[in-house]
Amino acid sequence: MQISKAFLGLLESGPSHGYDLKRAYDERFGQDRPLAYGQVYATLQRLLKHGLVELDGIEPGGGPERKRYAITDAGVADVDLWLAQPERPEQYLQTTLYGKVVLALLTGRPAADILDTQRAAHLDAMRELTRRKRDGDLADQLVCDHALFHLEADLRWLELTAARLDGLRAQVTS
Amino acid sequence: MTGPAARPLLVGTDLHKAFGATTALEGATFAVDPGEVVAIMGPSGSGKSTLLHCLAGIVRPDRGTVRFDGRDLATLTDAERGALRRSAFGFVFQFGQLVPELSCAENVALPLRLDGVPRREADARAIAWLERLEVADVARQTPGRVSGGQGQRVAVARALVTTPRVVFADEPTGALDSLNGERVMDLLAGAARESGAAVVLVTHEARVAGWSDREVVVRDGRTRTTELLA
Repeated sequence: MQISKAFLGLLESGPSHGYDLKRAYDERFGQDRPLAYGQVYATLQRLLKHGLVELDGIEPGGGPERKRYAITDAGVADVDLWLAQPERPEQYLQTTLYGKVVLALLTGRPAADILDTQRAAHLDAMRELTRRKRDGDLADQLVCDHALFHLEADLRWLELTAARLDGLRAQVTS
Repeated sequence: MTGPAARPLLVGTDLHKAFGATTALEGATFAVDPGEVVAIMGPSGSGKSTLLHCLAGIVRPDRGTVRFDGRDLATLTDAERGALRRSAFGFVFQFGQLVPELSCAENVALPLRLDGVPRREADARAIAWLERLEVADVARQTPGRVSGGQGQRVAVARALVTTPRVVFADEPTGALDSLNGERVMDLLAGAARESGAAVVLVTHEARVAGWSDREVVVRDGRTRTTELLA
């Protein structure tokens, strides 16, 4: 997710300091990747430069981190536009796993083992996400579900490929 | 988790089974510890369900042994195997397979009644399990009048009411939508772990296997475990 869009969206509910924006972002969207302070201030500077946010005030005695930012009308319009546009569906056409399977078949290595090893790694990741989901709130559940469904899609591909290995071997080695 | 001296609760070794000309198992091996949830995965027709049926003593393997708590199932009489299935094993199938003429509470109480538990006590235990599975409100309904998700929770309650040592679940969420399937798995795995029961879970759904502690993959009647691949 673009940090700048998230900041604009968060600022719509009221002006905020850089530090508070970072905290709100980490809590809602950060998952396992909290923002670095450098990213926070670089993003705010860019938004300021483009007129999407403005300075709302500077707290007395504060350094640069005590600046308060507010969203502008142009900023609100930018959020509107971004939300209205669909995300480009991922193509998923470049996959390392497919490459590994083909190379294994080309070089006479056991391709089925690659698929089995990958399945085990995927299932371990799914167990971890399932645990996290079970112990988390609704927001955690939704984020974990998104990951789980994608891993599940990979696993279905692994199963299908395992079932088609003989055909693929014949094709790549002919 | 079990201590170093503990042995697996249920072990199937070198299991072979053919139905006529069709080979279902060809040297499958499986073990589960108390309190462990193991998923049996694999494509359709790979032998997953036959493996479960052999482990549960429903199907007799042509070759190989199944030991429960150290006892070879093949040495038991039919009556002993029946008693084992009623008291030490619990079953959940894809479609609840509840008795349509009985109420949900009576369905859950049934295994206890068959084991000679007095009606009043069996009813009380059945209701307690229905409450735990969040379906006490359908206790007096017949299975035909409840939703798929509710029916499957009733089936889980029936499987757990005898506090079995092994729960066999064959595609327990196969007929449910994602949300209901998830809740059923959550309740099944949670209740089994709490009571220390082992769960043998057959599923082709990776998301369902996410509730397991480990998986055993069956392909062409043979098992592959993650440990062998690691």
